[in-house]
Amino acid sequence: MRTFLTSALLALSGFCCLSVASAGDIRIGLAEALTGPASQYGVPIRNGFLLAQEELNAKGGINGNRIVLVEEDERGKKEEAINVYKKLIYQDKVLMIFGPTLSNSMFAAGPIAEAAHVVAFGTSNTASGITDIGPYVFRSSPMEADVVPVTLKAAIKRLGLHKVGIIYGNDDAFTKSGYDVFRQALEAQHIRVVDTETYSKGDVDFKAQLTKLKAEAPDAIVCPCLAEEGANILIQARALGITVPFIGGNGFNTPKLLENAKTAAEGTIVGSPWFDGNPSPENQRFIAAYRKKFGSDPNQFSAQGYDALFIVAEALRKIHLTGQLAQDRQALRDALPAIQYAGATGRFAFRPAPLHNGKPGGYDADQTPFVYIVKNGKFALLK
Amino acid sequence: MFAQQIVNAISLGSVYALFALGFTLVFGILGVINLSHGGIFMVGAYAALLLLTRFEIPFWAALPLAMLAAGLLGLAIDLLILKQLRKRGAPHLMPMIATIGAAILMTSLSQGLFGSETRRFPLDLFDQESFSWGPVTIPVLQAGITALSVLLMLLMVWVLKRTRIGQALRAVAESPKAASLLGIPVERLFHLTSFVAAALGGAAGILIGLSFDAISPFMGQPMLHKGIAAIILGGLGDVRGAVLGGLFLGAAEVFAVTVLSSEYRDALSFGLLFLVLLWRPQGLFGASATRSA
Repeated sequence: MRTFLTSALLALSGFCCLSVASAGDIRIGLAEALTGPASQYGVPIRNGFLLAQEELNAKGGINGNRIVLVEEDERGKKEEAINVYKKLIYQDKVLMIFGPTLSNSMFAAGPIAEAAHVVAFGTSNTASGITDIGPYVFRSSPMEADVVPVTLKAAIKRLGLHKVGIIYGNDDAFTKSGYDVFRQALEAQHIRVVDTETYSKGDVDFKAQLTKLKAEAPDAIVCPCLAEEGANILIQARALGITVPFIGGNGFNTPKLLENAKTAAEGTIVGSPWFDGNPSPENQRFIAAYRKKFGSDPNQFSAQGYDALFIVAEALRKIHLTGQLAQDRQALRDALPAIQYAGATGRFAFRPAPLHNGKPGGYDADQTPFVYIVKNGKFALLK
Repeated sequence: MFAQQIVNAISLGSVYALFALGFTLVFGILGVINLSHGGIFMVGAYAALLLLTRFEIPFWAALPLAMLAAGLLGLAIDLLILKQLRKRGAPHLMPMIATIGAAILMTSLSQGLFGSETRRFPLDLFDQESFSWGPVTIPVLQAGITALSVLLMLLMVWVLKRTRIGQALRAVAESPKAASLLGIPVERLFHLTSFVAAALGGAAGILIGLSFDAISPFMGQPMLHKGIAAIILGGLGDVRGAVLGGLFLGAAEVFAVTVLSSEYRDALSFGLLFLVLLWRPQGLFGASATRSA
């Protein structure tokens, strides 16, 4: 019996060492908000990743190695994101980490990965300054600062804007950063801001602010809001007799807005890195596969998650995994910046972040956004 | 614009008032700050949403059924949590902590069951119309909510002042022990109060869900904060105070936006609240500064 056990163990250990050399699992951390308010972004992201994982592994993974996603719920909270990052890096010993969902959380958790020399890859962080954390921080989500000027230019051309009003949430990093970006872009394009109104998280009634905006008779209302508040704002604006179009930020980029605001959303202009009507075969294949697997329509966030795993897969194909964790983590980090990829969100490349206090930063997304207008209850490309 | 802002103030205030009604009732009778009221409010909205969309029950039937569901939930919280604490003579902070737990449980459960995204009632349920009167626009639904919260307040005041059950309730509010010595079934009245308060909370959730795009597992929390402010302002435990406190808070917020800037809304409205409390620490309708409960 003992000899059997020993030989079994020996065989096992032999198998194990062999497997590291040739066919093993590539463990990648996935830290997303799977519960809590931010899970409406985190769950579609996770779904995008799961679909990509399934497709990659069905085709034999990376040179025969399966990709294994180690999922953790960071609940959209900074503290949780830090905990999850530490667990993934030191306990689960993953090769790299995707997520967290919110920019706020990346600001908190990114430095942990940076210090451990592990790639932190955000697929949904759009705030400025994320990649200032350091050279191990990557993102595939274009910054609002890249998307907004494009959106605004298209809107000016379409609507002949001269003066706008703004309404945004001033107690949320995402909407606040969206506001800053819009304000700068408006200034750069010489559009006058006649009135700026704010609201707080959890508000449902915006009529006081909207009544003030209406009195200033702007040509359009800029609303760097999340979809939940956005839908309420649109509906109440129409009820108060405000007929001018709205211009939204990244938060408006969801079918949820149209679902909830219905006709009130007509004419709204939004910029986005993904367009469901983009006829490219990669995109249409993605949409069909997503619908089949999850029974619901994908959104921008799932598309970005889906593409991100393929981007990393490209990098993994270019390197030789040795089984030495630190070495492999570094090799992946060095291979990523040069990767170019055409996926569901279109052509993608990385762009090094500008020097921050003389130090090199990480890598931002270099991607041209689409600009949509809501027409007959659907997002249509604005031409 | 000023007339419109007055309408806005009343409509915002009545939302707070409606929420505060059931909240203050529990405090007045049971002497307990029930922090799960926000959760009940949310469950009421989801119950109506389920009845309307899953079971396709017409609204006139869904409203009382969802109120019943919320009421039963309130009753369950009373039986499972508050009653147990009463029996053991727990200090009065205990129910507060326990009901926070109940609220967290409800939020997590509904998040698991319904997902965390914001939902709304089917838009074609009611005409999203508004009538205009000169420069003023009033959404019909909002006018309905205002009318309903005033109506419910009057009904509650009438029940408390004019009926035998109201008399008994007031006796319990004064002193449960004395009331029980007089042969008043105190426990049963506690159950009744919890049921009615929760049904009112559920109704508030449904009506707010109707007029705003706001049904989510997290809808209760911000409302709870405003509700606490409203009932403290109105005088803890006073039904008229809850409604006036709600209206005052709504007016203060709209006033802050109109006169100053929305940037300072919460600072100004809560500053005003503070000033009122300096002047009347017991709140607008509170009988005395302290209440032994």
